[in-house]
Formats: sequence, C-alpha cells, structure tokens
Amino acid sequence: MRLLKLVPDTTNIQFLKWRNLALILSTVLTIAAITLTMTRGLNFGVDFAGGQMIQVTFTQDETAPVEGLREEIGQLGIGDVSIQRFGEPNQVSIRLRETESEGEDGGTANSVSEQITEMITAEYEGSRIDSVDAVSGKVSNELFRAGATALILAMVAIALYIWLRFEWQFGVGALFALFHDVALTFGFFALTQLEFNLNIVAALLTIIGYSLNDTIVVYDRIRENLRKYRKMEIVPLLDLSVNETLARTVMTSLTTMIALVVLLIFGPPVLFGFTAAMLLGIFIGTYSSVYMAAPILIWLKVGPDSFVPVETGGERPDHQEGYTR
Amino acid sequence: MLNDFPPWKVWLLTALLVVGVLLSIPTFLTPAQRELIPDFLPQPSVNLGLDLSGGVHILLEAETEEFAATRLQSMADRIEDAMNRDDPRIAIGDISRSGGRVAFTVRDEAQLDGAMERVRELTQPVGFTGERDYSVENVDSLRIVVTPTQAGFDAAVDTAVSTATEVVRTRIDELGTREPTIIRQGSDRIVVQVPGLDSPESLMSLIGRTASLEFRLVNYNADPLASQTCEAPIGSEAIPWAEQTGYQGCVIVQRRVMVSGDQLENAQQGFDSQTNQVTVNLTFDGPGGRAFGRVTQENVGRPFAIILDGEALSAPNINEPILGGSAQITGGFSVQSANELAIALRSGRLPVQLTVIENRTVGPELGADSIEMGALAGLIATVAVIAFMIVTYGRFGVYANIALALNLFLILAIMAMLDATLTLPGIAGFILTVGVAVDANVLINERIREEQRRGRKIVDAVETGYKEASRAIFDANITNVIGGALMFSFGSGPVRGFAVVLVIGVITSVFTAVTVTRMMVAVWLKSKRPKELVI
Repeated sequence: MRLLKLVPDTTNIQFLKWRNLALILSTVLTIAAITLTMTRGLNFGVDFAGGQMIQVTFTQDETAPVEGLREEIGQLGIGDVSIQRFGEPNQVSIRLRETESEGEDGGTANSVSEQITEMITAEYEGSRIDSVDAVSGKVSNELFRAGATALILAMVAIALYIWLRFEWQFGVGALFALFHDVALTFGFFALTQLEFNLNIVAALLTIIGYSLNDTIVVYDRIRENLRKYRKMEIVPLLDLSVNETLARTVMTSLTTMIALVVLLIFGPPVLFGFTAAMLLGIFIGTYSSVYMAAPILIWLKVGPDSFVPVETGGERPDHQEGYTR
Repeated sequence: MLNDFPPWKVWLLTALLVVGVLLSIPTFLTPAQRELIPDFLPQPSVNLGLDLSGGVHILLEAETEEFAATRLQSMADRIEDAMNRDDPRIAIGDISRSGGRVAFTVRDEAQLDGAMERVRELTQPVGFTGERDYSVENVDSLRIVVTPTQAGFDAAVDTAVSTATEVVRTRIDELGTREPTIIRQGSDRIVVQVPGLDSPESLMSLIGRTASLEFRLVNYNADPLASQTCEAPIGSEAIPWAEQTGYQGCVIVQRRVMVSGDQLENAQQGFDSQTNQVTVNLTFDGPGGRAFGRVTQENVGRPFAIILDGEALSAPNINEPILGGSAQITGGFSVQSANELAIALRSGRLPVQLTVIENRTVGPELGADSIEMGALAGLIATVAVIAFMIVTYGRFGVYANIALALNLFLILAIMAMLDATLTLPGIAGFILTVGVAVDANVLINERIREEQRRGRKIVDAVETGYKEASRAIFDANITNVIGGALMFSFGSGPVRGFAVVLVIGVITSVFTAVTVTRMMVAVWLKSKRPKELVI
C-alpha cells in the first residue's frame, strides 16, 4: 500500500533567505493592522459595547421584511438602530447601541429590547424571536476588562514558560510572534468590520494556542539541532529545522483547515466570525513561526552554546527532557 | 518499546478507557432513556449551556446606593421613635440625613447622655470584631451624629442580597418553570438561568419587582395644588400615581407607614364582586391585621393610599373599620398583572431593589439549530480528518483515529463528572482539541518516517519517533493548559466555556494520542513482528 506524502522526504528550501523581506512585510502589516484598529475601530458586539441585539426569524416569509422593520422600529423612537440580514435570508439581527442617556442603567436597556420584541411578535405573525442580548454598559466594561486580562496574562505566562523550557531568546521570539498574530487578527476584524464579541476572544485565544503549538514544534527542532550540529552556522541550521518539520507543518495545517472550512460552510452562523478568524489565524500562525519566531533567534544571537551544559563538554546527552541550561 | 506494555498494563489502560467511554454514554441519552439506568450506577451527563438548550440568562444587580439611602431613612425613623418614647420623651431638632449620615441636635443638655444611650441601643454588633453597624458620636456639645460603618453596610448588603436571592427563587418556583438556577455572584449580584423558557418578559417583570406594599393615610389637609405639582409639604410625601391607573399627578400622604406588605400572610388574584374589577386579595398576619383594624377604626371617613413600589395604586375612603384582617386592592390591574403582583407579594418584598444589567435569551429553535449544525459540521470534519489520516499514515492513521474517538468520549465523560457545561464556544474548544490531538500523531508519525529514513530498524524508529516527538507535544500542551487555566480564571462566560473543554481536552489528548496509540503500536509490533513498516 502506498501512502500519501504531501511533502517529499527531504526538502531543502531556504526559507530564511527571505527573512529581511519577511521582517519588512510583517512590520508593515503589523503597523497597518494596529493603525487600522485604532482609527477605524472594531465593530464591538453588545458584549463589549453594551446595548441590545435581537435576532429574529420570519418563518412565514422567504426573506425578512428589512425595510418595513426599519420603518416600524424607527417609529418607536428608540434611536440608532441597525438591521442586518444574518444567516438565512429570512433572519435578521437588530442592533441597538447604548445611548448616552441610558448610561449604566441596565433597566432602560432592557425595556427597549422588550418594546421591540413585543412590536415584532404583534406585527409579524409567524416571526420567532431567536435571541435577545441586552448588556448594560457596566457589564460590557467588565467583560472587556476580563477578556483583555485573560488575553494579556495568557501571552505573558506562555512566554515565561518558553523562557523556562528553552532560553530567554526563545521566549522573546514566541512573544513577538504571538503579538504579531494577535495584531493581524485585530486588523482583520477592523478591516472586515465583522462583529467582535466574546466568542472572538475565544478564537483569539485559540489562535494563540495554535500559533504557539507551531512555534514550539519549530523551536524544539532548533534546540535539538543546536545540540546535534555544534559547528553549523545559525542560518542553515534554522533552515534545516524548518525543513525537517515541514511535512508535519503542512499535514497539521491542512487537517485543521479542512475541519475549519467544513465548519465555515456547514456550521451555525453564530460561529462564522469565530471560524473565519481561526482560519486566518492558522495561516498567520504558521507563517509567524517560520518568519518571526525563527529569525528573532538570529538577531538575538542564539548559538550552539545556548544549550550545551559545561560539564558534558558537547556530548549529546541521552535524556534531554526537562533540562534547560 | 516492546516491553513497555506488559499485559497487566494493557488490561489496565483498556479498562480505564472502557470506563471512560461508559461514563460518557448517559450524555447521549434522552432523559427518558436515562431513567432506565439502574440507580446504583453513576449516570453523569453533560449540561448544555443556554446558548445550546435555549433559555434565559439574567444578571441582576442590587441598587446599593438606593439601599444605603433607604437604610439611612429607616435609621432616622427609628431614632425619631426612640426619642419620642415616653420614658421620658427627649426633645430634638430636625433630623438631617445629608452626607450619608444621620444628625440631630438634642434640645436639653441634661438629656444628651440619655439620647446617646437610646441611639446606641439601636446599633448592632457586626461579626465578632466588636465593631458596630453605626458609629454614634457627640459633636459640637449638643449634636449627635450617627454614621453607618463600612463593615455594617457590607453586612447589611450581604443579608439583603441573600434574602433577595431567596425571594427571587421563591418567585421563579411559583412560575413552575423547570430546573432554574439561581446563584448569588459576588457581593451584590444574582444570576438567574432558566433553561427552555422562551418568554423572558413575565419572568423579568416578576423578579425585578421590589413588591414593597404600603398603606399610608392621605394628608387631606394638604393644599390641593400640591397633588398636581407633586411638591409635598414638610412631614408629607408626594407619591405619583401608577401609570395604569390613568390618573395624573400625585397623592400627598403622611410619611408614616401604617401597615406594610411585610405583614401579609397571603395574597391572591381575585375579582371585585360588585364592579367585577380585577383585584388582589390580601390576608394580613395577626399583628398586621390588628394594626390595619386599629388604623381603619381611627380614620373612618378619611382616604387611605395603597402604594406599591413608590407608586400609588388607589386611595379609597375608609367607609367602615376593616377588622377581619383581610383587604382587597384595586389599581387598574389585568388578570396577569394582578397574578404577578400576588406572587410577588406572597414571596415577600425584595429588601433591596434589583436591576437587570444583563439579559440573554436564546430561543429553543436557535439552540437546537446550533446543535444540529454544529454536530453536522463536526461529523463532516471528523470524517474528512479520519480519511485524510488513514490515506497518509495507513495503520498508524487508524490508531490515531481510534485514539481521537476515545479522546472525544473521555472529554465528555470528564465534563459530565465535573458537572461542566457545554456551550457553543465549547464546541469550538472540541475542534481545537481535535486539531491538537491530530497534530500530536502527525508529529509522532512524521518523526517515525524520518527516523526510518535515517536507517533505524522498525522498533528503534518507532521508539525514537515517540520519544523525540513527545518533547514538543509536552511543551505545546503545557502552554495550552497554562493559557486555558488563565482563560478560565480571568475570562467570562463564553471564554470559560471554551477554556473548560480546552484544558480537559489537552490532558486527555496527550493520554490518548501518545500513550494509547503507543500501546496499540507496541501490542501490534509484539504480536506480529512485522518485517517492514509502512508509514
């Protein structure tokens, strides 16, 4: 039986030749992403911006009466309302931003969504209220803070762990790669204006987890090769390590992408933004492991000496697990 | 490698896996099928989050500022009562409540000590620290200042929110909904989750209602103009009419509450036998009934206001003393609103006002759709990944797939035993876990291929492959556990739902993707002694 091999047994692609170009590209993209996030802003969902979100399915119609709905809600005199198709053609999401006057008063926020749901069930027979989310400014601020804290703490703790298990240069490299991935994902959300909600924070954390998994696989091989080939220059050594792990990188990225594409097509609309972010994140994460995490080691002057313990005098130890210096 | 798995170890691991799979089974059964499992067997099942099962999630917050004001007012009232006591009566000036404290002046210096003593009697110790709930000080010779202490206030909020949680629970139980969850969160919040409920409006109007019912005498001496401008003369209060009564302006009433809803024994919705109006019929408890009887006896011919949550419902004339301990109130009710009010009054007054600060409602259809679509996508993705793994790694791909399936069962079993909740982001966590588990086997298998190319013999290649790949797998999973643990402790709602699955999944996937596949490979190598290794 012949088995499928996506990547030839031995490859010798000089990935790192392009590292300066990649650095410029990554820097430009990261700055662009940050600028875009700052200027254009993210389309925060009710989780982070407060306000109400109502999802309705008009089971009696093929398409949702968006225009009529807009007019009728306008007559309620509630203020800034946006109505969008969502998922199926007969589904809409109605979004109300929290107005200044409501401030932190959750009571008003809640009664507004009640007004709308009552109007819809009265006016449109066969309509079905799928979900109502009403979040007051106070809660949304807390959710935002909790999300940001979890994100930052997770990144820092992970970098610390890598420092502990590898070397400080590796920790710095991983942190930069993660920062790059997170920044670009934010940029993607600023560009597409897809809704940024709590689920997306979960996606962001998954991307971090995935990108890190990739970085660690490459780093692990670099560590191994640094111990094995003590005389090799750093650039060819990094290239060798990336090439040796290439088959695995391609396989894993492909299987994960298959799962995500399926989810994107067949999965529930609620998860669309999440899945889109993940797909992009896997691509960026794989790229950053090769072109961010690895070259940083060159610039931070990682050499064979970073890993060789003084007492063994260069002999490769049998058991490498669990020792760092 | 070959001797790593002696028969006892194989049996032990197999037994562990069988138990894990068995424990995940109740999750797949309907409640009716679950009934058939004998009681002596454990039957854990994974709870579905509201985003999957449909239902209402409400976060309530106690209005602590208003609570502080009410508490101060009640202290001022109690001080006034204490000073008016006839043993002997102590003459004092106006009681001020500005600046978050109660202050008043004693007119006669000789009575200062007595006044201090009476105020001190009104304070209570807090906990075991010796601190009291109010500090009483004498300043500027004749002035007494009573300031609530932080510890006293915190304790009062704590008690009030505990009581409020119980009141909310009673009210929801009266609605007869299934399996509501009512949990207190932090010092001043209550989380209410009711699965499978699709009309949150009645729930919210019921639990958010303070249901503070008061009977007060109308101040008939007040200027008629005051009832339009809502400016009350000193010693009186202007209470606006409730919207449903259709009246404009206010009722001017005396400050003193004659009888309150706290003295009720029962409340029922009913109809007035003459006018056929919807009513709420009240039965007072013993002292309440006596107080009501006395007040109505003393004030025949005068109007009496019925005030609910700061709004006047009606102000009927007292035609005759009401001595039977029961009363009937009207106020433009519908049958439903009267019913809700009756429930609210029966379950007691909320000691502190609650505001809905977060409300998430998911219709049962949307939840079901999400499960269906998530399951379909999961199935297709799994089949694709399984096929891909077999085409690429042959026998080793089959082992990896068996491990993957076992992993999913184990995650469900552990979640069920920990009583964890599966949410939509949790399904995303499953996907990441599958990815990580597949990656572990990819790492191992690629490494075995590599070692074989370097000329290692079969057993040696497999051995080295597992050993070398394990290091990266271990590091990658530890970082994921670190990330997941931080997400769980600092994240909220969906982030936590995701983190739970991730942390459990990472741990089980290392077990299945490394240990279990290794065992299967070892058993195969040992029994068949293959001459060549196709991978």
